[in-house]
Parts: sequence; structure tokens; C-alpha cells
Amino acid sequence: MFRNQYDNDVTVWSPQGRIHQVEYAMEAVKQGSATIGLKSKTHAAIVALKRATSELSAYQKKIIPIDTHMGMTIAGLTADARFLSRYMRTECLNHRYSHDEPLPVSRLIGNLGNKLQVCTQRYDRRPYGVGLLVAGYDDKGPHIYQTCPSATYFDCKAMAIGARSQSARTYLEKHLNEFLECSVEDLVRHGLRALRDTLPNEVELTSKNVSIGVVGKGMDFTIYDDGGVESFLAGLDKEDRRGGRPLPPDVEGDLKEVPVGESTAAPQDPAMSVEMDVEPHSGKD
Amino acid sequence: MFGQAILNDNLPGAKQHHWSPYTDNGGTIVAVAGDDFAIIASDTRLIQGYSILSREQTKLFKLSEQTVLGVSGCWCDVLTFTRTLEARMKMYLHEHLKPMSTPAVAQLVSTMLYHKRFFPYYVSNIVAGLDQDGKGTLYSYDPVGHCEKNRYRAGGAAGAMLQPLLDNQVGLKNMKGGVLPDITKEKALMVIKDSFISAAERDTSTGDGVIINIITKSGVEVMHFPLRKD
Amino acid sequence: MYANPNSIINPSLWPNGPAPGCFFNFPGANVTSTSSSSGIITRTQSPVTTGTSILGLVFDGGVMLAGDMLGSYGSMAKFRSIERTIKVNNSTVLGATGDIADFQHLKAIIEQKVIDEDCADDGFTLKPKALHTWLTRVLYNRRSKFDPLWNTFLVAGIEDGEPYLGCVDKIGTAFSDSKIATGYGAHIALPLMREGLEKKPQMTQEEARALLINCLRVLFYRDCRALNKHQIATITKEGVTIENNIELDTNWEVANFVIGYE
Repeated sequence: MFRNQYDNDVTVWSPQGRIHQVEYAMEAVKQGSATIGLKSKTHAAIVALKRATSELSAYQKKIIPIDTHMGMTIAGLTADARFLSRYMRTECLNHRYSHDEPLPVSRLIGNLGNKLQVCTQRYDRRPYGVGLLVAGYDDKGPHIYQTCPSATYFDCKAMAIGARSQSARTYLEKHLNEFLECSVEDLVRHGLRALRDTLPNEVELTSKNVSIGVVGKGMDFTIYDDGGVESFLAGLDKEDRRGGRPLPPDVEGDLKEVPVGESTAAPQDPAMSVEMDVEPHSGKD
Repeated sequence: MFGQAILNDNLPGAKQHHWSPYTDNGGTIVAVAGDDFAIIASDTRLIQGYSILSREQTKLFKLSEQTVLGVSGCWCDVLTFTRTLEARMKMYLHEHLKPMSTPAVAQLVSTMLYHKRFFPYYVSNIVAGLDQDGKGTLYSYDPVGHCEKNRYRAGGAAGAMLQPLLDNQVGLKNMKGGVLPDITKEKALMVIKDSFISAAERDTSTGDGVIINIITKSGVEVMHFPLRKD
Repeated sequence: MYANPNSIINPSLWPNGPAPGCFFNFPGANVTSTSSSSGIITRTQSPVTTGTSILGLVFDGGVMLAGDMLGSYGSMAKFRSIERTIKVNNSTVLGATGDIADFQHLKAIIEQKVIDEDCADDGFTLKPKALHTWLTRVLYNRRSKFDPLWNTFLVAGIEDGEPYLGCVDKIGTAFSDSKIATGYGAHIALPLMREGLEKKPQMTQEEARALLINCLRVLFYRDCRALNKHQIATITKEGVTIENNIELDTNWEVANFVIGYE
């Protein structure tokens, strides 16, 4: 096991201006299974790949409902996500109780960001090892927000996080302009195609390993699981997968929001990909 | 501390205050459960003293596709109680990933009322809906959480006036022997409408209009009819 | 058997969740009451400086609030230029009957809420229904501590393009209607407003204004705690306008027929 001089806790900077503990937490997100969020003019959709840790266990839930106007998918430590979801649900409940209206998505994400930040600055805390894609709908329309263990958050047009998610982001970037005018069905199918691009060639999307969440104008946050996703999956296996290109050997290390030291910079901090990129793995979804 | 305050109240010149945290806002609820339906209705008048605050205030709260709550009494307690109940039901939904069944709501209502046993919600509750088997059910409460399962119930300001009418018309208490047949939806609606017309005649806090919710397996149907406005 | 004997008397209803009625930090939540060193608890049991009726009326495309500008000290017409109707933001106004000090206390808190919202700069503003609900929670929580804020509030505004008018009193009785009057106006003005709306359910802004002015005049004639100096607030999609210091034409000729007048 490798140790670094500057990664004992989150209060210590490395000479390159990096906080290793936070970056390690970011790595945890990349070990979770891939999940995708995207939005049209009227709807926001999240699509997630479920994994079973073993033949004996059920598929781990990836989509967590927050309120009637909001839900999220997770990549990383499920337990941390449950903790955060409880906070988010309580915030939404409080706002409804006191103001009789849904909590604006941007407000909740702002508050959540503040909560996450505390863990990146105190020696007695551990950053949350989970990335969230929050889909919500409020007076300002549909939203997709991404949050990271580093406590940064992004208002996204579309986003993918989790294992091999770079392929999905490539797909999303390519088709970004088509999303706006999409119907709910087409939007979800775009999400599914992006999700499929993260899979190894021999694995297919099935009703077992896919979860879908949709929210939008006149529609409460709805989760489609198992049989519910079949209509969205229908015909997808007939379509070509990214022209049959093999997966690039390293599709990770691509979340750009954490400043990554220049590769030529010296003294060099050890790269993390070697010891963090372990598969198969458990406990992270 | 408390004792001192009481002693001081007895001092000469001490003023007795007359502020009450409660008020009576009137209103009547009637509910009837059948084999595969439940009907619950409320009037739409909201009063305070001799004033009519509003002529179009429903006292029915749709809690789910299967359950409707009717509340009357002290309106500020009604508002607080129903808001808290809605929050609790959403917590249940998040925890169990399914909506609360009518019997579960019925138990929660009782627990929540009793939790304020020594500063009660001054409300008269009736929970109506379908149970897990799709049968019409109905639960009525006192302000501190006593709960009883019924087939028909009148509550609120004119509750005491209407219950004997329901005993006669729905409970068929005047009939001799035999097994009581389940009431039909048409008969139940007719009795409910007649009840409110009677209540509006004799109770000043009931009037203006009636909102009826009919709960069946296909959802909640809402009907409205006018009452005398004087 | 029980770790905490308190738990028998006051069992936790809702473990892992906010306590019922404690969902939110309402102002004064931590202040149980004003207590002196002697341990005597003192609470507001009667108002001091008071304002009389506020009227609210919905018309086609907007809503109006009207009331006078007097702060009475008992029966003395002490403060003659009190703003009892305030603009909250571009879609909402608030009018208050009852204790002026309690109103101004809440006014400061609401203004801070609006400033906080402006600072967030996310385009969301306090809507009338949200303010109405929030006020209801604040007033109910205070009455539950036997320390009420002695007011009846009217909240008026435009919510999603539709006019909204709501009322909440000192114990938290809240409702929404197209015509509401508080205080003495509930007896004197509300019947006039109901009659007006029955004749013409969809009033124009001018008709609504004329009706309210008539009500204000009647109130000035009949309400001993009224003053002939009024505020009228109008809220439409275009925004909020509040007219101050409106003086109405009055006619006291009949007074000469009253024996003892002069």
C-alpha cells in the first residue's frame, strides 16, 4: 500500500496546491457504476446502471427520490448518499411545511454544497465519497446538478459520472443540441445510449440493471425500474454501439473540476490511478 | 416558578387575562363507508363568532389516492395538524417507498393527536378511504386521539345532530332483525346530501355549500352542491 | 426500563426527524418568553398601539388592499401617519391590523428575508402564498407558546399570474378568499364588498377601487378608531403601487340633525 507525504488529512496541502484526501474521495465516485443526467426544455431525466455486488445480492438502488419535484442518482459510497439524501429530503420537507411550495433546486444544491464543504476543511472530517446527479423541476424549469466530494457543484445541460463515464460524456457532448426539443421518451433513450457506451462490449442494458428517473412540467419525479424500463429499452439493442470502437484503455481520470498537477511538474506527486483503479470492487455503486 | 406566578395573580389589582389559543370555526363532516367505496363530505363555511370568514373553505384533505381526511374544529389546529400529517406521510413514503394505507394513516392520526394530549389539537377528525383489500373504511376520532372504526359517522359542529339521522338511515337502527346490507353509493350520497340540508337548517355554523369526495379504486371523485347561505 | 424518565412523560414521537411543529426555524423559536429575575413570566396578553381594519379585494387581473394610517393608543388617536400596508416585493404586499409594534417587528424580519433572497440572486422571490403560509406558521407557533403576536394580517399579491388574497389572525387561523376585511371592517365593510362582488363578480380595477373607497368612507363614519388618511395598495402583473395619505370627501351635514351636536 502506498502512502503519500501530504495525504494524512484534508487540512494539509501538497506543494502542488492539491488536497489529496479530497482527490481520493473523488476517485471513489469513479468507482461507482455509471449514471447519466440530461434535460430537455421541459423535463430532466436521470439514467443509471445498477450493479449487484455478488450473485447472491440484489441490484443496488441507484436512484433516490427526494421530493415530488426532485430526485437523484448516485455514484460512490451508497451509505454517504443515504445520509445526504436524508438531509435533502428534510430540507425539502421543511420548506414545504413553512412555505407550502417546493424548494427551488438551486437553493437546495447551494445549501448542500455548503454542507459538503465543511468536510473538506476540517481535520476531524472525511469528505463524502459520493457524487450526485440531481434532477429537479421548479419555476425556472428543469435542472440537472452535479455535486462532487470536493463540494463543488455544477449546473449541467447533461452530465455523466461513475465508472467509464467518459464514453457517456462523449456521447452527450455529441448530441447536446438534440436534447432541448426532445420528448420524454427520446430524452431517456439518449440517456440509455449514453449509458450503454460505458458498458464493456459483452454487457447489455437490461430491465434488471437499468433505473430511470424523470421529472418535468406537470410530472412528479417518477422512477422506472424492472418492467417499467422495458418500453424505453425496446429496440435499443438493434442500434449500433459507437460504431463498435473498443473502449480506450483508460477512460478515467477525467473529471476536470479538480486541478490536476501538470504532468511535467516536479516534484511529482504519485499518480493515483494505479492503486485506486481496482476492479472488481465492492461497496461502491 | 409556576407557583409564584399563580400567587401573583391573586394579588390585589392583578388582572385576569382572557386570551384563548383556541377558537371554534364550526363546520360539519359526514362520512359513509360502503363495500367498495367510501364517501366523505364537508360543508364549506368557515366561521368565527357570528362572522362568516369564508364561504368556500373545504375541510377535506386528500392524503392519497386511497385516503381522504375530514377535519373541523379550531381551524388553526386543523391547518397545523394536516400539514404535519402530510409531512409525516411523505417521510413514510420515502422510508418504505410506498404510500401509506388507510389503516396506517388512521393509526398515525391517533398517535399524532395523543402526542398533544395535554395541549390538544381542538379538532374533530374523520379518516375515510379504502383499505388494502379495497373495502371502504372509516375511522373517527376525539381531539386527543381516541380512534374508532365505523361504517358511518357525522362529526364537527352538527355531528351530534346528524349522527341519529345516520343511525336511522344508514345504520337502520329502527329496523327489526336481519343482516344489514351494505349501503349503495346512491343511497349514501342521498343521505349525505339530506344530512347537510338538515344541518344547514338548524346549525348556524354549517352552510354555504358541500364538497363530497367519493373514494373508489379508480381514485377520488369530487362533487359540489350549494347550501343555504344565511 | 426507560433510560430517560422524561421519555415516559414526553415520548419521542418522531425519532430521527424534526419534532412536530419544529420543522423550521421561525423567528423567536428559542425565546420562550420574557422572564424577569423573579421568575415571573410575562407575555403579551393585550395589544398596545393598534391599527384598525384592513380591506382586501380581488379584481380582474389584480388585487387591492386598503386601510387607514392611524395608530391608536387605547382610544387616543396618537400616531397619525403609520404605514400599515407595506410592499414586500414586486408581487406581494402585506397589511396589518392590531398591535403596531408586533407588526413592525415582523416587518423587519420579512424585509431581511427579502434581502437574503435578493442576495441569493437566483431569480426566486417570496410569493404571496409562501408568505401567507410562513406567517401562519409564525403566528401559530407564537400562540402555542401563549405569547401571541397580536395581529391579523392580509397578504395580497400575484401568484403565477393569478391574484391571491389571504388572511391570518393571531392564533394562526388562515384562509384565502376574494374579499376579506379584518377588525371592525369584517362587520361594516365586508357585507358591502360581498354585495359589490355579487353584482359584478369580475370587477375592473376602477370599480374595485371605487368600492374600497366607499367602504373606507363608511368605516371612517362608523369606526371610532379610524382616520381619514388612507393607504391603497394595488398589485397587478405590472407590479405594486401603494398610494399614501389619501383623504376622502366626507359629508357631515346630517350631524346638524343630531341633538347635542354643536
